[in-house]
Amino acid sequence: MIVTELAKLVRRPRTWVSLALLCGLPAIVAIFLGVTEVAPPPGEGPTFLSAVLSNGSLYPAAALAMVLPLFLPVSVAVVGGDSIAGEAGSGMLRYLLLRPVGRTRLLVAKLIALTAYVMLAVVAVAATSYAIGVAIFGTEPASALAGSELITSVSGTGLSDVQVALRITYTVLYIGFSMLGVGALALFLSTFTDSPLAAALGALAALVTSQVLVTLDAAASVQPYLLTRYWLAWVDFFRDPILWRDIERGLALQAVYVGVLLAASWANFATRDVTS
Amino acid sequence: MIVTRALTKRFGRITAVHEVDLNVREGDRYGLLGPNGSGKTTLVRMILGLVYATSGEIEVMGQPIPRRTNEVLREVGALVEGPGAYAHLSGRANLTFLDASGPGGGGSRKARRLRVEEALTRAGLSGVDDRPVKTYSLGMRQRLGLAAALLHQPRLLVLDEPTNGLDPQGIREIRDLLEELNANGTTIFLCSHLLSEVEQLCTRVGVMDRGHLVLEEEMSQVRSPTGRVVVHTPDADRAVALLDGGVEHRDGARLLVRTADAAELNARLVREGLRIDEIHVQRRSLEDVVLEATGPGSDRLDAEPAEPAELDGPGVHVDGVRKVETRPSASTGTGTGTSLSPGSEPDAWQGTSREFLE
Repeated sequence: MIVTELAKLVRRPRTWVSLALLCGLPAIVAIFLGVTEVAPPPGEGPTFLSAVLSNGSLYPAAALAMVLPLFLPVSVAVVGGDSIAGEAGSGMLRYLLLRPVGRTRLLVAKLIALTAYVMLAVVAVAATSYAIGVAIFGTEPASALAGSELITSVSGTGLSDVQVALRITYTVLYIGFSMLGVGALALFLSTFTDSPLAAALGALAALVTSQVLVTLDAAASVQPYLLTRYWLAWVDFFRDPILWRDIERGLALQAVYVGVLLAASWANFATRDVTS
Repeated sequence: MIVTRALTKRFGRITAVHEVDLNVREGDRYGLLGPNGSGKTTLVRMILGLVYATSGEIEVMGQPIPRRTNEVLREVGALVEGPGAYAHLSGRANLTFLDASGPGGGGSRKARRLRVEEALTRAGLSGVDDRPVKTYSLGMRQRLGLAAALLHQPRLLVLDEPTNGLDPQGIREIRDLLEELNANGTTIFLCSHLLSEVEQLCTRVGVMDRGHLVLEEEMSQVRSPTGRVVVHTPDADRAVALLDGGVEHRDGARLLVRTADAAELNARLVREGLRIDEIHVQRRSLEDVVLEATGPGSDRLDAEPAEPAELDGPGVHVDGVRKVETRPSASTGTGTGTSLSPGSEPDAWQGTSREFLE
């Protein structure tokens, strides 16, 4: 079942279109930057962009910062929302259950496919943007990292290529795990409805709410528990030394979200009447 | 094979299935009939563990549902409320996916391909190419659904409206296929609102109406003689005079005679020099029995509750079966019993069954 779910993911045109779109945005930005060489002033524009002009090997970080607020969660929500509701919509849910595929098993397979998609998306963005970044901006020592004071406390210390590569890997994993929270939310909603669109929209609504509240001082009391609160903590990977505090909290918070939502998905799906 | 006891399902305030005691025996070709919305599909879904019962018990192959659903379903093939498929994949790819998804989907690559090909062949799709399912006609999709149900040589086939969207040849083909499978030991539980489908295929029939199982009987019992003989004769006046009170009803050249022995009646009429066009024992038709047992379907929404007689429409004789069970209406008893009342207004239910008979 797990293998067939992955195969379904791979054979689905939508998977590749969404990946192409995700990778396309940083590519477009890179081309503009490369042609004009007009970098946003430090502290403005997408994170890290001001720094990449001198070193393309940092471009994956900038690219992830571009797709993280909207593009990436939208595509994850769409795939997650489709997982059960999409099967119901195509009429295949009942035939899978009659095959028989146990409900728990089906849910686990969907979760694994979703995780695979999330990781694939993040890795694809990082890999393509690395290639594009190096091709357009070249590689100079990454010491120009202090582009934005807001996000780097690196006191002029340069990062070696190995360090940059390692930290980008951390970033990919961290962002992937953060996206899993959105995915789990969409999956959870997906067990309630037969409309994949409704599930995806529900997850996005929660996401937007969370993003609004994160910036709202009046909501300070709930901020530590918001889904998107620590999403930007990956920037701390590029401090020297790495500032682990928010990253750890972010991982713990996402783990709680994923755990609770998956348990709720299972509880709902295993006891629900399948009438689609 | 399938036994339910006091099976009930409520969706909110609506009771979809009400205390149903169903009994399908091994080797049966069981037909479950009922108007739209009578609870057939909900019953089928509960039997297959898709919908959980509010109360009551289900046993399939001696195993309790839903506790043992996954064990039981290994030996069940099912088509529930239309086929399902991934529209962007070909039929073959769909079956391959489905095959690989569950238990028994292993084996060598060749064995798996053979299994899929065999199922496609059985359902009459062996020549299908790699076009995606979204280009398929309704009939092709239906056949694909049947192929999926046949994929693992099931002991029990549960088919909800299996001939939906098929043309008359296709319906005939599927009927032959189901008869062949049944002869090889597969129990068939078929759910339909098409009387003709059930009448021609099934050995046992159940009728649902508004959530209740109102009838469960052997087909031979259902189709029992009514104790009357239908005679068509150009000498109808003489026949009426001769039989003296034995004629219950006359409609032009057509007489309904109260006697159980058609041969004896025939001999007598011929002896008297009467010309006979047609003579046969009148049997209860499945339609009579079913209409008698059920009310209007839930897709008919009259402002006032419909009077039972209204359903007859013009042309059906007043002493319709619905009122007097032992006296079927003369106009519904022609032929061997499979034909429907010629003058009846096709309502939602009858209309569909008519198409396939005429």
